[in-house]
Amino acid sequence: MCTSELVSQFQEEILNAQLEKSRLQIVGGDTKAFLKPNVPASLTRLEIGGYQGIVDYQPSELVLTARAGTSLTIINETLAEQGQMLAFEPPAFGRSATLGGIVASGLSGPRRPFAGAVRDFVLGCKIINGQGEVLTFGGQVMKNVAGYDVSRLMAGSEGTLGVILEVSLKVLPAPKKELTLNIAMPIESALVQMVALRRHYLSISAVAYENGFLRVRYSGSKTGILSVLDTSVITDVDVESSQNYWHALKEQQVDFFHTKGDLWRISVPPATPVLSVPGHWFYDWAGGLRWLKTAAPVAAVFGAATAHGGTARLFRSSQQAPWPRQEVALPLARLNKRVKAAFDPSELFV
Amino acid sequence: MIPPIHPAERISHRVKKPELLAELRTFLPGDAILFEQEMLKPYECDALAAYQTMPWIVVLPETVEAIQRVLRLCNDYGIPVVARGAGTGLSGGALPLDNGVLISMVKFNKILAIDCDNLLAVVEPGVTNLAISKKVAKEGLYYAPDPSSQIACTIGGNVAENAGGVHCLKYGLTTHNILRLKILTMAGELVVIGSHGFDSEGYDLLAILTGSEGMLGIIIEVSVKLLPLVPSAQVMMAVFDCVEIAGKAVAGVIAAGLIPAGLEMMDNTAICAAEEFCHAGYPITAKAILLCEIDGTAEQVTEQLEQVYPLLLSLGAQTVEIAHDELARQKMWAGRKAAFPAVGRISPDYYCMDGTIPRHQLAAVLKSIAGLSEKYGLPVANVFHAGDGNLHPLILYDGNVPGDFDKAERLGSDILSLSIRVGGTITGEHGVGVEKINHMCIQFSLATLNQFHAIKAAFDEKGLLNPGKGLPSLRRCAEFGALHVHHGELPHKDLERF
Ligand SMILES: Cc1cc2nc3c(=O)[nH]c(=O)nc-3n(C[C@H](O)[C@H](O)[C@H](O)COP(=O)(O)OP(=O)(O)OC[C@H]3O[C@@H](n4cnc5c(N)ncnc54)[C@H](O)[C@@H]3O)c2cc1C
Ligand SMILES: Cc1cc2nc3c(=O)[nH]c(=O)nc-3n(C[C@H](O)[C@H](O)[C@H](O)COP(=O)(O)OP(=O)(O)OC[C@H]3O[C@@H](n4cnc5c(N)ncnc54)[C@H](O)[C@@H]3O)c2cc1C
Repeated sequence: MCTSELVSQFQEEILNAQLEKSRLQIVGGDTKAFLKPNVPASLTRLEIGGYQGIVDYQPSELVLTARAGTSLTIINETLAEQGQMLAFEPPAFGRSATLGGIVASGLSGPRRPFAGAVRDFVLGCKIINGQGEVLTFGGQVMKNVAGYDVSRLMAGSEGTLGVILEVSLKVLPAPKKELTLNIAMPIESALVQMVALRRHYLSISAVAYENGFLRVRYSGSKTGILSVLDTSVITDVDVESSQNYWHALKEQQVDFFHTKGDLWRISVPPATPVLSVPGHWFYDWAGGLRWLKTAAPVAAVFGAATAHGGTARLFRSSQQAPWPRQEVALPLARLNKRVKAAFDPSELFV
Repeated sequence: MIPPIHPAERISHRVKKPELLAELRTFLPGDAILFEQEMLKPYECDALAAYQTMPWIVVLPETVEAIQRVLRLCNDYGIPVVARGAGTGLSGGALPLDNGVLISMVKFNKILAIDCDNLLAVVEPGVTNLAISKKVAKEGLYYAPDPSSQIACTIGGNVAENAGGVHCLKYGLTTHNILRLKILTMAGELVVIGSHGFDSEGYDLLAILTGSEGMLGIIIEVSVKLLPLVPSAQVMMAVFDCVEIAGKAVAGVIAAGLIPAGLEMMDNTAICAAEEFCHAGYPITAKAILLCEIDGTAEQVTEQLEQVYPLLLSLGAQTVEIAHDELARQKMWAGRKAAFPAVGRISPDYYCMDGTIPRHQLAAVLKSIAGLSEKYGLPVANVFHAGDGNLHPLILYDGNVPGDFDKAERLGSDILSLSIRVGGTITGEHGVGVEKINHMCIQFSLATLNQFHAIKAAFDEKGLLNPGKGLPSLRRCAEFGALHVHHGELPHKDLERF
């Protein structure tokens, strides 16, 4: 089927759902469905995966435009050929991950604190809203303040505002060489050192901590990194190649993620001290993103995150749905609801 | 001149001025309420002084509760409200209404907290952009977005316009450099959006608020990201004998995989004006110059300099001059930074456009602008953020010559249409305001405009915040479309013409 027919078909499915008062789940590569545990499996699926293809890519413009069903693997390969990359390092969670799913789930990898998140790289998008209308926002240029910035709003909207048809992303030159410093120290020191690293202008592109080791990825040069650190807390340093570790981390393939127990994703201001919830901790984003494996009660996790102005989300669990969600302050919850209704008044998309 | 208010965008109410004043006096001190002509005068326009309207009432509240009460009152009575920061906006965003309340945010000028460990500052909206960087400089930090107006403009205004600056090419716009906002909706409800962590649950309403031109909420607090000061920077000036070659060189630099901290272009008119104004050492015979700043660690700067210098020459620069010390660097930038006032001295008035285009179109578009300048008989000076493709053609005219502003507006309008035609946008950083509201009808489809209206209503049910700015009514578009046929067809042929 040609692409314009596919769009008409999506529109038709949406209008049908509206008539039948049924609800729809938008599905890309279906690699991240686990992120929506509260959505019943019986829902009608609106499959976007077939809507594929890179529409425009001009390396000199640093912009790539592609249809939502385009596979992340193809996009990464296309960019790599030109020495460019998606600087937010999106996790794929499976070979079939699509651009639409990446943008809709709003997840970014280890480079996020230093380069930005998905939303920071979205320049424009084409969507179908809950009325079945095809709409275009933003564009392919770096700066654009005409109209509300709906393109960035779509990042992290989890398929609840509309179908993302096409996205224009800013891309960046990939660093020529990246290495990782592997520095032994206890976590309490590591959190202090992470702050020191962020407060200096260095060529750092990722900072994580796990199991007694602070890992610092640098792009280009390690000049200055060791001089910023407090050497009295360091017990060992070595340099390793970067590729494998950080890839495994973003895809959640490092050992930590294979251990048993509920997996929590906790976002806090990066300098937040060690949170007092028992369990195993993994620190990414220079302390700003913390993964926790724990059997602690849900309230304890939400409570710890909230106390530091952060948020927690149950990410993987064997618990029965519905999973608990952190409460949102009432005024914001009401506003979120009204924004949802502005795009999808009949609440088709879940 | 008084901009024509479209009847469909005018909010009428029956409240008498003395009645509202009496209510305001119950919670605002007398000197925080302005209503007499001479007191209102300073508020009649922003930096787009061609458009002026005398406000009905101006209030200068000092507490959040006071703003809240003003908003609730106006919301109940159906009175329109406009927020104003420093009034440096260039699209008439803070232009008052003759039957509305203008809320000046200048008294909210405190830096509330600096959290160096989390690299952020919490500030009130009336704090100026530069005040933040000044305050945290001793900590080795700064706030990255640097609009040329940074001594004067407020952070609230920056958020409302998604302001950019010379260094946004590398460090991002306002939207990339804020973490959390506190806003009041028109109904007076306080909403906290975003967090001090890297991400938050729920919709990214920060994105929608940034650049919303005071139409969705009043910003009462901003948490901005701070960055470590860059240890080393060097600027160079590439001189060209042809504007188009300079335009192509811009695309060439980016294509080579380089992201300079800033990449700015000036054409001969701008060069001469700036040189006369502040003697920056620019070659007044050049057709164009590019200012290219490289920054980073000393090592990175040296490495990139070795790449950029020969690259610029190979892209057609006649000479490339490097500013060898900090003093020389400041001098080289001084001309660019003073370019707007400098142009203001060579012409009684100027009209600044703000279209953004794909970089590979720069050469062609600059050529077309030169053609339009000739056609209308008005000179155009170009001084702009070339690396981002963000044009700032300054149309020179004389407001005292009958018909001159009209011509300037038409020339500007043609440039906007041209920007859209080559795949760009009508505004990169100055906002739509009242100035480009008609062109929204060309850039967006009816359905998309409708979606914008639905978003607006989600925040401001009665449509009282900054009406007639940013977002055109569909009736306006129907009428404008009737005048403005593009690509041989009407933009909204399905809409009834009025
Ligand atoms: C560390 C990590 C591990 C993960 N592990 C797993 C795993 O083991 N299994 C797993 O299933 N997932 C996993 N995920 C989540 C997930 O697979 C990713 O987020 C993925 O990139 C989504 O891409 P997709 O195309 O597969 O999207 P989908 O899974 O199809 O959809 C993801 C979300 O995006 C929405 N969406 C998709 N396409 C569109 C569109 N075109 N327009 C609007 N909304 C759209 C969907 O409604 C859904 O909310 C993991 C994520 C992370 C970060
Ligand atoms: C010489 C000169 C150079 C400039 N250079 C640049 C530049 O390099 N880059 C750039 O981006 N801009 C530039 N500008 C434009 C202008 O400075 C920016 O748009 C700036 O962000 C406006 O800030 P302000 O405080 O003056 O806002 P105002 O002009 O007072 O208001 C602008 C808009 O913001 C709204 N607003 C203000 N405060 C609030 C608030 N607290 N809550 C909600 N809405 C609010 C107003 O309603 C209005 O719509 C320049 C202007 C001048 C005069």
